[in-house]
Amino acid sequence: MKIKVNGREHEVESDPDTPLLYVLRNDLALNGAKFGCGLGQCGACTVMVDNEAVFSCLTPLLVVQDREITTVEGLGSIDNPGPLQRAFIEEQAAQCGYCIAGMMMRAESLLQKNPHPSDGEIRAALEPNLCRCGTHMRILRAVRRAAELMRIAALGTAPRAP
Amino acid sequence: MTAFKTFLAIIGLCLAVTLGFVAIAWRAPIDPVSPPSASGFDPALVRRGAQLAAAGNCSTCHTAPGGRAFVGGRALPTPFGTIYSTNITPDPVTGIGRWPEEAFRRALAEGVDRAGRHLYPAFPYDHFRLLTRDDARALYAFFMTREPVSATPSANEVAFPLNVRMLLAGWKILFLRQGSYQQNPAQSEAWNRGAYLAEGLAHCGACHTPRNRLGAEKASERFAGGEVEGWNAYALNEASPAPVPWDADSLRFYLTNGWHDAHGVARGPMAAVVDNLAAIPDADMKAIATYVASIAGEVSAERRRAAEALIANTRNPTGQSIVGTEASGENIFYAACASCHEGDRGLPFGGVNLALSTGPSGPNPDNVINVVLWGLPPADGARSPVMPGFAGSLSDQQLVALLSYVRSRFSDKPAWANLDKEVRDAKSGGRPSSVYPAHGIDPAQATLNRGEEP
Repeated sequence: MKIKVNGREHEVESDPDTPLLYVLRNDLALNGAKFGCGLGQCGACTVMVDNEAVFSCLTPLLVVQDREITTVEGLGSIDNPGPLQRAFIEEQAAQCGYCIAGMMMRAESLLQKNPHPSDGEIRAALEPNLCRCGTHMRILRAVRRAAELMRIAALGTAPRAP
Repeated sequence: MTAFKTFLAIIGLCLAVTLGFVAIAWRAPIDPVSPPSASGFDPALVRRGAQLAAAGNCSTCHTAPGGRAFVGGRALPTPFGTIYSTNITPDPVTGIGRWPEEAFRRALAEGVDRAGRHLYPAFPYDHFRLLTRDDARALYAFFMTREPVSATPSANEVAFPLNVRMLLAGWKILFLRQGSYQQNPAQSEAWNRGAYLAEGLAHCGACHTPRNRLGAEKASERFAGGEVEGWNAYALNEASPAPVPWDADSLRFYLTNGWHDAHGVARGPMAAVVDNLAAIPDADMKAIATYVASIAGEVSAERRRAAEALIANTRNPTGQSIVGTEASGENIFYAACASCHEGDRGLPFGGVNLALSTGPSGPNPDNVINVVLWGLPPADGARSPVMPGFAGSLSDQQLVALLSYVRSRFSDKPAWANLDKEVRDAKSGGRPSSVYPAHGIDPAQATLNRGEEP
């Protein structure tokens, strides 16, 4: 079956009911999305499908053929991190980091639809994603910072130093 | 001259009719009292009031999302505008602290507040009027002993002329019946108790009976099923779409626990109802179940046999799996749904076998669309059944394919019409629906003092 991840087409051999998460991690070596609960209740596996945040542990391969999948690897690289990744680094939002890829993907989906979210909107959007270390306040700051970095980038001006 | 006389006569008539209407609609204010002391109420009466408030589901409307119970301010969307629930804590200025019992009773029976203003029928006085004097007194004792909270809800958003409250007197002449509950001597004591509660305080018909264009329950279609907050409140009468007919035992279990293994989990606005009902005495629950089961009438032996066969069938899952790689409704069902909905884990934490669920047999796809899109979010502070939502992972086309398959496989009813539009409207918010956890903790629980717990 064919799937398109971070702009690249892949041919995979897995069964159609295989969760997308397993395909990403085991077949494509995209290990950003994490296995947390396997029940769609923690958000560690969150990726974007057609710009919507979804639990990849519950999303069968069958339904994502011909759709655009984006993982945290698609937001930027180590050498050239994207605005969300930069913001999370600058705010030091990760403690153990297990939830962070999922947090970033859900935040990315929010910011694409709503470049100026209020704190309430950020909280509401990120609600399905759990963090057990308790870095929620830093995560909120990071999402706000990312929104600002994206706005600056959209204006075409140089971003301010952190 | 005749024309002038006719003109005068018409003016006079209009004036007389208006004055007559005002005379009928006018309700005198009832003098405020100084707030009664909480310690002046008999604790046993307060406890009974707590149970009655639970049976009446008061906290659901009189609590804003995330707010303190009974403080009001919850937006209630109606076809006539948005109405905000009132503060029914005993705050002397913003609540009912200066209401004498007589005013409280009048509000329940006639839908008129202490100051004499007509209340909108979003407050179901067309049911509460059945309350006995003793029960109204217990409810009053319960509310007057809660902690007073100063809070004024937002002003109602109801357009002219419906914001003229006096017009509600006209609505009441048309639709509000008078009188207390009349015992039916042909029925058992439990049935009568159940009818008194279900028709009165519990106001089941407020959601389960369809409403006319003026927002009143249609007297000729009692319990024929209604719409509330984007959800279908299924018919409870002989038109009940449940594949397995309800009986008093299954209803009692369902209303007590929020789920039943041959029917599924209470969700949507019904979830709050069962959270509330958990606090009422078992004898009352039994009575309500007895009465509600009787609304559907006797179930034919044939229908009962069919239901038993259905239940037996679900114990032997087909073990079917996916054929090919096409995202057909059947393949999506087996890839995304079957692991829970045809799995080994039973209710309430597993998924109901859809052959037993009322959803696929419902009169429209609203409820199934709501749960597939938004799932059942986990409850705060309580164990609860959960279901993930699939709004992001299934495309509109895939959802339509899945819903068509679910309808044709798990129901013997004709296909749902306009599924494309239904799915689009639900996703875009064109048809708004409330999303609630399947179980929660009734906010009223937080207002209970030691010794008042059920």
